[in-house]
Amino acid sequence: MQPDPFKRLEARTLVVRQSNIDTDQIIPARFLTTTTREGLGKSAFYDWRYTGDDQPKNASPFPVAGAGERQVLVAGPNFGCGSSREHAPWALLDYGFRAVVSSDIADIFKSNALKNGLLPVEVDAETHAALLERPGVAIAIDLEECTLTTEDGIAASFTVEPFARRCLLDGVDPLGHILAHDAQIAEYEAAA
Amino acid sequence: MARSLFDKLWDAHVVVPESEDSPAILFIDLHLVHEVTSPQAFAVLEERGLSVRRPDLTQATLDHSTPTLPAGADGRLPYATEAAEKQVHQLESNCAKYGIDLLGLDDARRGIVHVIGPEMGLTQPGKTIVCGDSHTSTHGAFGALAFGIGTTEVGHVLATQCVLQRKPKSMRITFEGALSPGVGAKDMALAMIAQIGADGGQGYAVEFAGEAVQALSMEGRMTLCNMAIEAGARVGMVAPDETTFAYLEGRERAPQGEDWEAAVARWRELPSDPDASFDTEVTVDASAIRPMITYGVSPDAAAPVTGNAPAPANDSEREAAEYMRFVAERPFAEAKVDRVFIGSCTNSRLSDLREAAEVMRGRTVAEGVTALIVPGSEAIRQQAEAEGLDAVFTRAGAEWRLPGCSMCIAMNGDQGQPGELVVSTSNRNFVGRQGKGVRTVLAGPATAAACAIAGHIADPSEYMSTEARDAA
Repeated sequence: MQPDPFKRLEARTLVVRQSNIDTDQIIPARFLTTTTREGLGKSAFYDWRYTGDDQPKNASPFPVAGAGERQVLVAGPNFGCGSSREHAPWALLDYGFRAVVSSDIADIFKSNALKNGLLPVEVDAETHAALLERPGVAIAIDLEECTLTTEDGIAASFTVEPFARRCLLDGVDPLGHILAHDAQIAEYEAAA
Repeated sequence: MARSLFDKLWDAHVVVPESEDSPAILFIDLHLVHEVTSPQAFAVLEERGLSVRRPDLTQATLDHSTPTLPAGADGRLPYATEAAEKQVHQLESNCAKYGIDLLGLDDARRGIVHVIGPEMGLTQPGKTIVCGDSHTSTHGAFGALAFGIGTTEVGHVLATQCVLQRKPKSMRITFEGALSPGVGAKDMALAMIAQIGADGGQGYAVEFAGEAVQALSMEGRMTLCNMAIEAGARVGMVAPDETTFAYLEGRERAPQGEDWEAAVARWRELPSDPDASFDTEVTVDASAIRPMITYGVSPDAAAPVTGNAPAPANDSEREAAEYMRFVAERPFAEAKVDRVFIGSCTNSRLSDLREAAEVMRGRTVAEGVTALIVPGSEAIRQQAEAEGLDAVFTRAGAEWRLPGCSMCIAMNGDQGQPGELVVSTSNRNFVGRQGKGVRTVLAGPATAAACAIAGHIADPSEYMSTEARDAA
């Protein structure tokens, strides 16, 4: 299943300042008994959005209806730490996010996000601090140029692992890429 | 050129080297599979008409969604939800369809994925090992290159036996000096994470070295490598040595006879060359480590159990402190404990259970405290019962359960109640990890057992015999 191509995103930000937002926050483990990847948006940040008896929380930073135009999640450092559950980017995408911006994003989450068309953007500390102060700001993220700009003048560049970037821009299929090296894999196996 | 253990493991598994454009294609020697992170990967095989390339290098088990209570009078297992039961059946049918060996619910070898791999002798030095589970770093204890992957990558490995990876940077964490009596591998892990931070290992493959690491049993090394991911490192590893070989010799899936001798000779070549270089070096003073607990909602918020709760220094810490309800500058020991969980891929092995039993023997779990002891595998359960450990626990008033992940991830129905303080030998103290509103304190088995007996946060040394402290 190939994600939609990602070239340029123009949206607004939703800010959660906390550090170390782990994948149990993004989608609690009790929702992991699913055997499909669809429809997980309703479980995204569930315990931040709903009370113990499933009533919407008034003070939640996450609208009940979904991300709407706030398709860019700006979060504190070490976002996505913890478990390897790919349900985390599945849930964020289904909720309506297309990119996550932080000063650092946990390795496995980053890898999982890229494979699903949720762009993880790691920016310098100064840009990060400025974005945390501007919830709702209009933002443009350009994957071709690897730049991030806001309506009020923040401009930063970022890097994305080149292969993952190509997969997102051009729709390259990573599994197809490995399968195309079948002969080398067979050779490796024969030598082992 | 001098190479590290990590360099040697990496080099030996490169099918196609990495270039500026593309990551390396890395061959995987062992793929471990469980019910939670695999269904969508098998679905991709189905969609694309692919088969499993190497079922012989794939081992499946059931652990996350499985009940730890036996079947009821109606013969039915008490699954938390229908979805959980369906997920278990889904793995059964996927394994049957693709010819993968599954340790089913009635298999005497079934257990937590990171417990059974080593136990069966599947986990070996020199292997690359992956699983759709972040605690796959556990297997690095054997001098293997082991790391957690996402479900998309599980699909890649099923179809091709390979993953796409950029080589991470390398870090060596050297524990200098010897541990004090009564201090164990979990305390080392928590002290290390407190020192470098929950993202201190991000982007690195970590080798744990030094006198205190060499002195650890395989179980202890597994606990330490298991927690590497809690410092942000996908990979944790320890160089194989006589302790490693002694653990593996004679195990079901370990090499036998002449093959064994040849394998050991190969494995002896794996440790880092004396002048190997690392991108980052960290030292931890092992002699200064005390029994540790966590007091926040990230594993790096860890401190000696005998100390006081620190005052929060920023917004995140203030929020964590409000959630955990430890009183700043007051002793941890003043905090009342509601529930204790001893188990998980971090601390559910026989040595962990012996350590907990040593503290609980002849004592009683404090009134109002629920204690749950969940062995990591069927094999451990049987060994523990043969030694009478189950009786020690049940006489103390603790519950002795069937193997599984249980309260570590709390998706099988085993969980705490809102507001409860749970002392847990697992690996994550995240908000709500062990049930909505549950306040989790991470600790080693002796500390967790001491807390169960005391009914509040407690120093295990007050409950351990001198011999037991020396052995821990």
